[in-house]
Order: sequence, then C-alpha cells, then structure tokens
Amino acid sequence: MTPLKRRAIVNRLMNFLAGTAALLVLLPLVLVLGFLVYQGGSSLNLEFFTHMPKPVGEAGGGMANAIVGTLILIALACCVGLPIGILGGLYLAESRDPRLPWVVRFLADVLNGVPSIVIGIFAYTLVVLPMRRFSALAGGLALGVIMIPIVLRTTEEIVRLVPASLREAGLALGLPNWKVTVRIVLVTARAGIVTGVMVAIARIAGETAPLLFTAFGNRFWHSGLDQPVAALALQVFAYAISPFDDWHRQAWAGALVLISMVFLVSLAARLATRGIQRQTR
Amino acid sequence: MIEVDAGRGGAAHGVPLPRAFFLTPRGSLWGDRVFQGVVYASVGLFVLVMVGIVWALVVESMPAMRRFGLAFVIGQEWDPVKEAFGALPFIYGTLVSSLVGMFIAVPLGIGAAIYLAELAPFWARSPIGFLIELLAAVPSVVYGLWGIFVLAPFLRNWIEPVLGRALGFLPLFQGPPYGVGMLAAGLILSIMTVPFIATVSREVLLAVPNTQREAALALGATRWETTWMAVLRYGRSGLVGAVLLGLGRALGETMAVTMVIGNRPEIALSLFAPGYTMASVLANEFTEATSDVYLSALVYIGLLLLAVTVIVNSAARLLVWSVGGTVKGIRE
Amino acid sequence: MTRPSMLAVKRAMGLALAGFWLSAVALPAAAMAQTLMNGAGATFPYPLYSKWFDEYTKVDPSVRFNYQSIGSGGGIRQISERTVDFGASDGPMTDDQLKKAPAELLHIPTVLGAVVATYNLPGNPTLRFSGDVLADIFLGKITSWDDGKIKSLNSGVSLPKTPIVVVHRSDGSGTTYIWVDYLSKISREWEEKVGRGTSVKWPAGLGGKGNEGVAGQIKNTPGALGYVELAYAITNKLPAASVKNAAGKFIEPTIATTTAAAAGAANNMPADFRVSLTNAPGDTAYPIASFTWLLVYKEQPNEAKGRLLTKFLWWAIHDGQKYPSDLLYAPLPAPVVKQIEAKVKQISFHGKPLVAVR
Repeated sequence: MTPLKRRAIVNRLMNFLAGTAALLVLLPLVLVLGFLVYQGGSSLNLEFFTHMPKPVGEAGGGMANAIVGTLILIALACCVGLPIGILGGLYLAESRDPRLPWVVRFLADVLNGVPSIVIGIFAYTLVVLPMRRFSALAGGLALGVIMIPIVLRTTEEIVRLVPASLREAGLALGLPNWKVTVRIVLVTARAGIVTGVMVAIARIAGETAPLLFTAFGNRFWHSGLDQPVAALALQVFAYAISPFDDWHRQAWAGALVLISMVFLVSLAARLATRGIQRQTR
Repeated sequence: MIEVDAGRGGAAHGVPLPRAFFLTPRGSLWGDRVFQGVVYASVGLFVLVMVGIVWALVVESMPAMRRFGLAFVIGQEWDPVKEAFGALPFIYGTLVSSLVGMFIAVPLGIGAAIYLAELAPFWARSPIGFLIELLAAVPSVVYGLWGIFVLAPFLRNWIEPVLGRALGFLPLFQGPPYGVGMLAAGLILSIMTVPFIATVSREVLLAVPNTQREAALALGATRWETTWMAVLRYGRSGLVGAVLLGLGRALGETMAVTMVIGNRPEIALSLFAPGYTMASVLANEFTEATSDVYLSALVYIGLLLLAVTVIVNSAARLLVWSVGGTVKGIRE
Repeated sequence: MTRPSMLAVKRAMGLALAGFWLSAVALPAAAMAQTLMNGAGATFPYPLYSKWFDEYTKVDPSVRFNYQSIGSGGGIRQISERTVDFGASDGPMTDDQLKKAPAELLHIPTVLGAVVATYNLPGNPTLRFSGDVLADIFLGKITSWDDGKIKSLNSGVSLPKTPIVVVHRSDGSGTTYIWVDYLSKISREWEEKVGRGTSVKWPAGLGGKGNEGVAGQIKNTPGALGYVELAYAITNKLPAASVKNAAGKFIEPTIATTTAAAAGAANNMPADFRVSLTNAPGDTAYPIASFTWLLVYKEQPNEAKGRLLTKFLWWAIHDGQKYPSDLLYAPLPAPVVKQIEAKVKQISFHGKPLVAVR
C-alpha cells in the first residue's frame, strides 16, 4: 500500500472514530432525557409552572417558586462567580509574573475538586451562622464559589489563544492597555468565555448539596433575599427520594424543566453576545 | 508544529512584545491603574476564599489529626460506633472510580470536540454542541437514580456477565455481578465529566487560528493530519486544562456516585465489587455525624480529598510535560 | 441576523431581565404579611409534615411553616444553632447533644413509623423472620436463602438456593438507628460487634443512599434483603416480612401494629419521651417501630412565634392525627397523647406557658 493510500485510510478511520465519539457522548443524554420524559412528562402542564407545591396525595401542585428560586440563585452566583472568574482568568493569561499565577492556577484546580457539600458548609459558616438564618444570599455565594474555577480556567485558556497580533494592533493604534484587554481581547474571546460561563451555570443549576445548608429551600415564595428560597434541584431531590409515585413524576418533570431552563439561558446568552465572530476563523 | 509568525498567540514568549500588561510606565493612564487594581482585587478575593476553605478544613480536622495522626491515611477500618476511622478504602475508591471515568471520558470528550470543531457539517455543530452542554445540567440526583434503575440493571444483566466470561482471568473482572459497584460509578462519572471536557476542548480547538490549518493543508496534509499536527498540538495545553476541569468534577462528585457505587468501605481489585469514595462518605455521613471525633474524621477525609486532588493534578501536569508538552501555555 | 432585529432581541431580553428582578424583589413584599416559621430535620416524616403544614394554613392563615428535610442530624444541629424555629429527628438526641444546645430542648413525638424487612424473591412469598435470624443475616453468618434457620420459620415456602444480597443504608439515618437498635436488643453478638448508631460498620452487604436508594436496589437485585420505612415498601410494591415480637407472635407491619407498639410502651414512657420503642411489649405490637420527634426549645425566644408554634403542636397531636394513616404513618395512641399534652404545656416564654388550653 502506498503511503498516500495509508494516510487516506487513516484519515477516514479517524474521522469515523471522532464521529462515533460524538455519538457516544450524546447517547447517555438521549437515554437520560428519555427516562425523564417517560417518567415525568405527564406531570408537565401549565399548573406545574404556575403553582406551588402541594402535599402528597393531592393532585396538581407545581414548582413555580422553585423555578424562580433557581433563577435568583443563578443570578446571585453570577454576581460572585463572573467577576472573579473572568478577571482572574485574564490575569492568568496575561501576567508575566513567575510565581503568583502558578499559585492561583493551582488553587483553582484544587477548588474545582472540592466536593460541593464542603463549599456549602463554608458558605454556611460564613453567612448563615452570623445571620442566624438561611438565605438566598448564602446559596448564591456557595454556587458562585463553585462557578469560579470553571469560568477562570476556561477564560484563561481562551484568552491565551487570542493572537498577539490583535493586541499589538490595538496598542499600535494608541489604545491604553486596559482598553486593549477589554475592547479587543475580551471581545474576541467572548464566545469562548460565554461557553465557559454556560457550562458553569449548567453545573450549578443542578447542584443540591451546597444548597441544603444555605438556601435551605422554601415551600412558598421567598420573602426576601435574606430568607430561605426554593430551588429546582432541591425540590427534585426531596421528591425523588420520597416514596410516592406522584412526587416522583413531579421530580422528573422538575428535572426536565431545569435542563430546559439551562438550555434557554444558554441560548439567550449566545444570542446576546453574538456579533463579530472570532477573528481567527 | 507549523511555525507561522502571524498566527502566534499568547502574550508570554520570546518575541519582543509591546510592554507587558503589568508593567505600566511612569505617568501611566488612570484607566490602567484602576483596571489593574480591579483584577488584583479579584485574584486576591479568590485566594482569600481558597485559603479560607483550606484553613477551615484544617481547623475542623485537628481533633481527628491529633487522635489518629497519619495512620488515618492507611487505616482501613471505618467504624463510627467504636470510633475507629481510617481513610484508605475511600482514597482507593476515589482514585479508581475517577480513573475509570477519565479513561472513558477523555478519549470520548476530545474525540467529540474534534468532531465538532473540525469535521462536523456546519449545520450540525451548534445543535450537537448545545446538547453536549446540556449533559452538564442534569442534576446529579437524576444521574444517580437513572443509574440505579437503568444503568446498574443493564450492567448486571448484560455487560458484567459478558466481561466476566471474556476477561475473567484478569482480577479486574472477577466476582459476582451486582450491577452497582466501581464499574457503574466509573461509567456515571464519565458521563458527568464528558460534557466539561468536550465543551471546553471544542472552544480551545475553535480558537486555534486558521492559519495553522491552512499551512498544514498547503503542505499536503489530510484532514486528520491537519487536526493532529496543527490543531491539537497548538491547543495542547488548553486540552490539558479541559481534562483537568473534568477530573476535578470526577474527584468531587458525590450524589450520583454514592447511589451506584455500593458504598462498601473495602478495597477490592475487581471493578465489579462495591467501593466507596471520599466525597460520598463525606456527603452521606456529615449531616448525621453524632460525635465530635466522627465529624472531625469526616472533615479529615475532606482535607485528604483536597490533597488527593492536588497530587493527581500535579501528576497529570507532570505527565503531559514529560511527553513534550508544556503546561503553562507557552507556545513553542 | 440583521442589525435592527438583533436590537429588538436584546431589548426584549433586557425587559425580561428587569421584569424578573422586579418580581424577585416585589413578590416577597406580598408574602411578608404572614409569619414564616422554618423547621428542618428528618426526611422520614417529610410527606406527613408537608400535609400538616398545608392543612394548618387553613386553620391559622397568619402563619406559614417551611419544613425542609436535611436529615435528622441536620435538624439537631440547626436547632442547636438556632438557625431554625424547630427541628425534627427520627432518633432521640443524645445527652451530649442536649448539653451542647444553648437551652433546654424538648422532644415532642408526632407520629410513629415502622421499619420493615423487605426482599426480592421470585414469586414474592410472604416470609417470617425472627430477630436473631435477621441479626445473623446482617452479620454475614447466614448467607443463603435456603439456610436451615430461615427454612424453619417458613415451612410452607420454597426458598431458592440463591445467596442473600444484604442491602443497608449508606447515609446516616434514623431508619438505620431503629434497625440496629432492634438488632442490638435481640442479639448480644450484634451489640458487641457492631452496636448502635445512625451509621455503623456493616459486616456485610451493599449500601444504598436513602430509603429510596435501598428500595431501588432491592427491587433491581434478585435475592436482596434490606430494611426500609414501611411507606417505601408499600409504594414500591415490595413485600414486608412479619417479625417475631417480644410476646413471641409473628406480627405483620401495619399501621395498627405500629401504633400498638407505642401503646405498649405508654406505661413506661420516660418524661422526656426519648424512648426506644423497638421490641415493645404487647401481643399485637410490631417490634421495629419508633417515634419521630419535633425538637423545640422549652423557653421560646420570641413570644409571638412561640405562641404560633405551640398552637400548631397542640393541633398536630389532636386534629392532626387524622392525616397520618392515609400517608402510611401510624398515629399516636391516645394514652401517649395525654402525656404529650403535659409536655406541650411546658413550652413557655419568660416562664409563662404559651399554650392556650381550651
């Protein structure tokens, strides 16, 4: 076989394998979504989105407060996670210092591996105990801290890949350093950073353990950001581990709603930050 | 790697660059100072948070450290009633389940990323990319229950008997097929980490400048060779970052793992056997820990998990560095 | 997308965001008219408590109870830290835990639950067990379903030669406490080797997370044997074995036999209600039953909240007792209710009892 032919075969084979990999990755999603739809699809109706939970045995009831609660918690988490994550990532990608970035990167990798329950306990000690009550703020803090390493590392990797030529062009035009960073580098890296943020949001939207001791959960509408707040992941958890089929169905429906919510937020963020496509493609 | 000047990325390398980000000249602009301050403040806050977490863990685990010392790390007994605690089975379980998970997730994740970034038809890229991201949004309790009701029975009835018969001479595949156990935990972990690896890798690959690809193609490379030589090599450190992100998830995952791993604090060579991970035992027993020593022993396990994360991360970086990669992102 | 429509999309999203924040801030204002009482603790009574709190808003619309099931240990910890208004636990607090609390805590029993031995065998036979056989199985001494000891208790049933896959709880729980408490009472060997606790070192078997995890594990594993709360066995359509009680009779776990366990113990009830009901005396008493308690401070820190809380407790032990059976819990027997009344009357603010006796 000629080398050319061999290379052509390898090419075909590798393309095929890559496609298979993508398919295999999607397989569990299809299975899990199928499981959720099959088990919980029947519970999804308008009432689910507009009503509060009902005790077991009574028909109906929904997760309206949990849906809103999750959105609130994600928003609060972003207030903590986005600034620290993006600015930290910028720092790691741009700094010439030999030691501090190494330490920061190392700490970020460590934080990434800390189980979410430990972060929840940290937020509990920091916010709940002094305030003597559970609150959405504590929950937002816990989730925000979980977000940080994902946003930070993703931002770093993406910003690092922005070509120097863009930066040089900006400086050559007389822009101050910070403007070059914000208006050129960040904008170019925008799509990648948004993806990192979306992955982080997807992660925290499904977290239960850190919320048990911080946001706590609420059967009713929250009465303030310094009060307990309901969350979809918490509600899904509480229903899923109960003995009742009706609640199970609602749990699966809730999980479907959660995944759809993340999907919609992701879509919205992509649309909002669309614009100049990457300079490099 | 194809060296093309115009395409070089990053700010830290030998080419003389305009003044570096953090060396501002005298009489520098007010905007620069403020921005710098804000960035340093964020970094400082982050370091503070991390130090806070580590410090809290150390303080809380002091009683157990004093009582058990380093023997805790190699102790194999976990008896809350008699207050005899040892972490070795959990360390083993965490390492093995994460290893199995990564073993499956890394090739699949990077393969999928390559497909999405390079090979897929344009109309399919966004939808498939989106779907992969959604995998990260599924709550872990859902993965756990899906694991008990769908995955474990499937493993017990179809996969494990076949593996046992075909590869049963290896100690890895011996023992009765329970369905739940190390293999199930590894599979669930791989499903949970693959979206991180795939998504971030895809972004890294997409950010590789086109000039690299064009240069390779101009030299007569096939599609795959372009990907391998030009794109993957260029984005290598980014890919390592993506894998480490997934690894962190695998090491710290609690809920889904504890539902399918069998929760037996014993060390067994077989993948079919039940096991226990550090994150699982922490989550399982923390809220109900009755005595102070018990609680402290659990926090000690949390601290050890941190140590394991550090060691595994460092080992991964060392591995990549030793096969010729760079881990700080300097493009060579 | 063209420029103008991009702008329109961005405007729409901006509006949605503003609307969202407004609702996040404004809605609470509407909810603030009522008093919110927070409680945390055991997962076992969660379905019943959610029913109670829902019904109670009809009795007293000025208060809302928000109960979250974070586990008995979590409940004990939170009430000790005073981050919640009341706690709930499936297991009584230990002396150490009571000492650590800033003030005296009262245990108020609310309802009873039964822990049943459940299993997965072909044909779903109804089996009988005695305490020592169960202890031996969980100790790993009896490993096969066709063991002589099991056969001698179940002469009419054909038992297969399959190995027993023991399933227990991996997470610390009151259910486990009840189970091992019973085994400790019956088997000296269990008491010495394993002992009592919300988490123990299990000599054999797999750990499932939560009652649901154990039930799911058993359902999907032929030959499995484990323990779950009665409600989980019933709703998962798993069989529940009859167990030999202190009087020597084989008792089926039902709501009636569970209540009988508490009635049997009524004569020797300790004043603080921290009692174990396992292996209770009485012909019809099911031997693996227990109270679940609400934990409240004897001296309430806030008079208005304390009054609302005591009013609820009074309702719970009287009118509230008509709800448990539908949800597969066992109501309190009448003699015990009388004793609890005396306890509830002790809850006070600055020494003054808060309950308004009708």
